[in-house]
Amino acid sequence: MTAYIVRRLLWGVLLLVLVIAVTFLIFYLLPSVDPAVLRAGKNGSPKVIAEIRKDLGLNHSIVVQFWNYLKGVVLHLNFGYSYYYNDPVGGLIVNRLPATLSLTVGAAVLWVIVGLPVGIISAIKRRTFLDRAAMGTALVFVSAPVFWLGLVALYLFANDIGQFKIFPGSGSYVGLTVNPLKWFESLLLPWMVLSATSTAIYARLVRGSLLQVMGEDYIRTARAKGLSESRVILKHGMRSAVGPLFTVLGLDIASLLGGAILTETVFDIPGIGRLQFDAIGHGDVTIIQGTVLIASIFIIIANILVDIGYAFLDPRVRYE
Amino acid sequence: MSTTPPADILLSVENLSVEFPTADGVVHAVDGISYEVERAGSIGIVGESGSGKTVAALTLIGLTVTQGAKVSGRIMFDGRDLLAIPKKELRHIRGNEIAMIFQDPLSSLHPQFRVGSQIIEAMRIHREITRPAARARATELLELVGIPDPRRRVDQYPHEFSGGMRQRAMIAMALANEPKLLIADEPTTALDVTVQAQILALLERLRRELGMAIIMITHDLGVVAQIADRINVMYAGRIVETAESRPLFHTPQHPYTWGLLRSIPTLDGPRGVELLPIPGRPPSMIRRPTGCHFHPRCGYALPDHATIDPPLVDVSGDGRHRAACLLNQAQRDAAWAALKSGGTPEQAREAAGLTEVAVPVPEAEVAG
Repeated sequence: MTAYIVRRLLWGVLLLVLVIAVTFLIFYLLPSVDPAVLRAGKNGSPKVIAEIRKDLGLNHSIVVQFWNYLKGVVLHLNFGYSYYYNDPVGGLIVNRLPATLSLTVGAAVLWVIVGLPVGIISAIKRRTFLDRAAMGTALVFVSAPVFWLGLVALYLFANDIGQFKIFPGSGSYVGLTVNPLKWFESLLLPWMVLSATSTAIYARLVRGSLLQVMGEDYIRTARAKGLSESRVILKHGMRSAVGPLFTVLGLDIASLLGGAILTETVFDIPGIGRLQFDAIGHGDVTIIQGTVLIASIFIIIANILVDIGYAFLDPRVRYE
Repeated sequence: MSTTPPADILLSVENLSVEFPTADGVVHAVDGISYEVERAGSIGIVGESGSGKTVAALTLIGLTVTQGAKVSGRIMFDGRDLLAIPKKELRHIRGNEIAMIFQDPLSSLHPQFRVGSQIIEAMRIHREITRPAARARATELLELVGIPDPRRRVDQYPHEFSGGMRQRAMIAMALANEPKLLIADEPTTALDVTVQAQILALLERLRRELGMAIIMITHDLGVVAQIADRINVMYAGRIVETAESRPLFHTPQHPYTWGLLRSIPTLDGPRGVELLPIPGRPPSMIRRPTGCHFHPRCGYALPDHATIDPPLVDVSGDGRHRAACLLNQAQRDAAWAALKSGGTPEQAREAAGLTEVAVPVPEAEVAG
């Protein structure tokens, strides 16, 4: 097991280097705003720009530039410098992380506590009106784009522009440490919007997974033991059905931690996604690189954690 | 055993029918079967796959109603009608007074729970027992069913057990509450032949030691021969022949039973006897053949057997051996005598004087 984890971590590092190289190459090759121009400001003369290029090391070859960037990331956790914000990218990301973390974790809790029961009930009441209604609704939410859902939600329920002024609207985010109650209130609508699609997906996933499991022989054994049907479903059925769910959950959370761009933008939440969105607008290449790298790290770590967790979830899985 | 006192009946199944409504029509899985099991007795239910034998057994513990089955008849178990008592009461009987083991022990044990905890669970559903006490008892049970090193095994997962040990673990789980009746559904089919014999010996030993009745469901007459006092042969949802083991093997009265007997190799039968598979396949349970359900596959069916539905009637004079066949006694005796001595079905037909019989054609040739 230990050897397996070490091997996976080494592969993860290699993968990260690859990700760094690819993002680096993309922004080098594709036309984007020259960082030196950005730094020089509106009235920068060609001479000033040339000097800045030299200062920033942009006059070096791509290989040297890449090497310097890589060295910075690996040795000093230095993700580069944002010339738009005049701040190190690493610090910017760390500042934005709490908002993204709040949004992601809350949404994940919501979609699990809603999606799971809906899926279980649908599976038990298969082919009844309840099942069809739940799965039909789920289909709507799976298909609805989150930015559209976000705007509709604001239009309907935000306390500024909404038809029913229930929840704090866009731009109301407050840090957890500043005011926990306001933090909670301000995130309610974003949580619901961000979790809507996932709730629907999880409900469908649980339903399918559980229906398959309920046909297994060991479920018949559980019934033959005299277990109540609810114990059969919740203990014996769900024990097997959560496996695939666990995998998807790990990856979903990881990819949201890399920034829920659309939700954060619609609700004006100062998270990593918003940082990324703004950076794209400003042509702030180092921030884009940094956030892509952070997102990749989350996903790679989540993958490893999911695989390790799976070995605990299913005793038949052993890594040599 | 002619002086047997009035039998102490544990289970009495009366005119049990099980139907499943489906989109294609009603599946008549079990069609009016009746049988009895004595306390600590054992019966075999034999038939091909699709004969309704498993459905009939699952119905005893109420596990087909949940699949949408329509059940009628009576199932008297130890003074209660299992079809009439409340669901909750039936659940208390299930796994407690009637336990069941299944064909494939790997897929029948939950792969993600330890063997011990699955046995402990079976106990704790039905009785007040502390976890440590239940665990100690689980270890004992594993030992009782012949699992070596039970103290270590109790904490292992099913995939760490061999096939035979898994079935032993299933049996241990079934024994957890000292049931009065054990239903064993093809318990040895998925196992090696040598392991099969061990499992059968184990079941027979447990029956004697624990006084537990056994219903053994199988397609293999060889399996029930070792363990069952009485054998019910099922075909297309009905019992077509029922007798104590000895007469069933020595003087079988139904052509389907002849087919089953002639399709298994025996050591004590005449040498050089060709094994004869029963032609064709079990019929559709939705649109069953008219008349005698077996007539399309029967080598001895006369033309009117396609229209007359044979009842299960006494063939021994004392009600202990009954069969549902339209041939007369002389015809059956002559045909079986010929088959028993190694004759071909043609010779058997001739011996019975059945000249106008339409010989069944194997399925494949019909399709071609």
